[in-house]
Amino acid sequence: MARRAGAISGPVAAGAVFGLILAALGAVAVRADWPVTFGAADWSVLRFTLWQATLSALFSVGLAIPVARALARRRFVGRGALVTLLGAPFILPVIVAVLGLLAVFGRAGWASQGLGLLGLPPLSIYGLTGVVLAHVFFNMPLATRLILQGWQTIPAEQFRLTAQLGLPPQTVFRTLEWPLLCRVVPGAFALVFVICLTSFAVALTLGGGPRATTIELAIYQAFRFDFDLGRAAVLSLVQLAVAGGAALLAVWILPPVLASVGRDRPVQRWDAGGVLARGLDTGWITLAALFLIMPLAAVAGSGLIGLGQMPGVVWHAAWTSLWVAVLSTGLLVALALPVAAWVAQSTWRGAEAMTLLGLAASPLMIGTGWFILIYPFAAPVDFALPVTALVNAMMALPFAVRILRPAIQQVLADHGRLGLGLGLHGWALWRIVLLPRIRPQLGFAAGLAAALSVGDLGVLTLFADAETATLPLQMYRLMGSYRTDAAAGAALLLLVLAFGLFWICDAWGRRHAGR
Amino acid sequence: MKYLMTTAAALCATAAWAETPVLKVYTYDSFVSDWGPGPAVEAAFEETCGCDLQLIGAGDGAALLARIKLEGARSEADVVLGLDTNLIAAAKDTGLFAPHSVTADYTLPVAWTDDTFAPYDWGYFAFVHNADMDAPTNFKDLAASDLKIAIQDPRSSTPGLGLLMWVKAAYGDDAASVWSDLSDNVLTVTKGWSESYGLFLEGEADMVLSYTTSPAYHLIAEEDASKAAAAFDEGHYMQVEVAGKLANADQPALADQFLSFMVSDAFQSIIPTTNWMYPAVTPAGGLPDGFETLITPEKSLLLSPEDAAAARDGALAEWRDALAQ
Repeated sequence: MARRAGAISGPVAAGAVFGLILAALGAVAVRADWPVTFGAADWSVLRFTLWQATLSALFSVGLAIPVARALARRRFVGRGALVTLLGAPFILPVIVAVLGLLAVFGRAGWASQGLGLLGLPPLSIYGLTGVVLAHVFFNMPLATRLILQGWQTIPAEQFRLTAQLGLPPQTVFRTLEWPLLCRVVPGAFALVFVICLTSFAVALTLGGGPRATTIELAIYQAFRFDFDLGRAAVLSLVQLAVAGGAALLAVWILPPVLASVGRDRPVQRWDAGGVLARGLDTGWITLAALFLIMPLAAVAGSGLIGLGQMPGVVWHAAWTSLWVAVLSTGLLVALALPVAAWVAQSTWRGAEAMTLLGLAASPLMIGTGWFILIYPFAAPVDFALPVTALVNAMMALPFAVRILRPAIQQVLADHGRLGLGLGLHGWALWRIVLLPRIRPQLGFAAGLAAALSVGDLGVLTLFADAETATLPLQMYRLMGSYRTDAAAGAALLLLVLAFGLFWICDAWGRRHAGR
Repeated sequence: MKYLMTTAAALCATAAWAETPVLKVYTYDSFVSDWGPGPAVEAAFEETCGCDLQLIGAGDGAALLARIKLEGARSEADVVLGLDTNLIAAAKDTGLFAPHSVTADYTLPVAWTDDTFAPYDWGYFAFVHNADMDAPTNFKDLAASDLKIAIQDPRSSTPGLGLLMWVKAAYGDDAASVWSDLSDNVLTVTKGWSESYGLFLEGEADMVLSYTTSPAYHLIAEEDASKAAAAFDEGHYMQVEVAGKLANADQPALADQFLSFMVSDAFQSIIPTTNWMYPAVTPAGGLPDGFETLITPEKSLLLSPEDAAAARDGALAEWRDALAQ
């Protein structure tokens, strides 16, 4: 039997990531003072975490479905730019995005000022509302792109066929789109749920206090003031268990994939011509675009003022961030391709759930664990940038696998038989059959990884000295020294850098992709 | 041949560098940044010490102690600079610090007697607001008003913990009821000072927990007199920032020399306009122009390190219960 793509390298790469996380958890647990109590306050933290993640995922995915459908059915000037822009909020550093959101939805924001003109009270987005709003801002565009990618896996021939048969739009929806949604939506929901589960910066800025404490935040507090490693280890384990459980559940409800055979052609839709359908689609696209663009415009506006006040070290930090991102993206591609190929062909459902665990592990826990492991042998500061690059790649891995898996599955279903017939396996199978066809997804995944890495403050704070500051860290230092204008300039630079890297990778992927 | 010469030159350079003793000081991030006190302090100390002073940023004040605990007795650090009085008890409990021999005529509003940690600057916590606003004059006024305040989480930020101690020092057993009256004024609780201050500057909050010296930054660095600190008649809680020598320092003599330098004019005159705090020993040249415009609280509040450590868990529970409603 011919060797399948990723049959060996896939489990090895996934196992390596798993091992890195477990080693860190083990190191923290060994250094801890036991036993640890899990009290009433901890249970309320757990309840809030689950509740806000459920609401955030529900709203993000619920809103993403009509937006993705509208984008899949419409062709208009600027559509490509808008699709690229969908990657933007997710890759923004949280504090930048939060300030952008506040400029629009805050008490002194544009929306509140508009309400003030009508004699209405200002919006209040602190508390659960704010947490969910910010999570939707971050994750709705991501969910939209994931669902849109799924939509584009429906071969054009099928829409042509339904049009030739004269089927009404409802039937088209039932026969083509509903099965697709069943296939894509649970995965997107699980992903957003897990992301929101581990979020803490958002909860901490907009949450409004102890009533909005998430597990990740509790882990951070345990490490920081109390230096209670046992508590941190227990909370990390709870987080892994909850997120892992959610991931397993999501995989459980995923229906088997119906692979269909088709040729890569641009999709033309005959079922979406009605005035009402057109109006609705336009409405959804406009709302989504405004929701995305206004906070970004606010960040850009305040950043332009501060750009001239940025000290030279900020440029140096930008350079550091850039090469960490390149390293991180390289690592990610090396990990994601074999893992995604393995997951795509695995009959073991746990393979998919396992990849989500990288996201469920607290970066702070991984960082501290590896600090403890490296410390007896070398100065952890010397490893600050490689460890940061590796942790960033691990954080991006679940996204990359989720993006790549359906595409690889499709390609193998369509062309795998032919490839096997021609005796292609190993690298040749990758080069000739897989890589050219999954290029859009690979570009998207790499772009996401690069941008996430640029925007991530992450574990570096634990290791960094004065020389190895990345751009987000330098931005925090500016903010911490009253230099808000210069920090806004650095935020804009960060935005441009993250977005530029994302755009380069994504454009590379979408070139010649015929969409 | 050329390669050999380069190698030889590199070796000589390394040897010359290796003869210079290296003093490693762990501190918080904003101290080492280009616009903080770090670069000037390093230059001034290296002029006299014949050593290489390495300032290593390790997060903020709270993270700094966690870092030392993480590294334990094998830490490369000789000196830790940037803890405050609320962290001193926990720092001493680690047994990693050695007594110091620093003496100075401190200009702190309180007497300083700690034998392990020496102060280098201090400030009063205060709520900062726009100067054109009528500010409340105490916590009860604030609680009765509909003003919105941005504060920091006492579990992750030193000013946040300072506010907890402020209310505790001013109201003792009534602190819990003060917090429940204040709960509807709290717009949000952020992870650190930077986020809250950002919210205030964006116009989201009417007041932000910061320092009485914050308006000096806007006045001196930005020539903007629009910010003010509210004077509270209960008195203002102090933050005293301190440094200490590690028991296992590789360079104990240099560490002592650095701590003495820390309370000298050369170091102290750098502090006001880089760290935006009051120097622990007012330098001969006095305070910079602009500092005289700041409010001076009539009463200084400060719990001793032992009292602060003892009060912390109870105060934290009161705070959490009041704000979780």
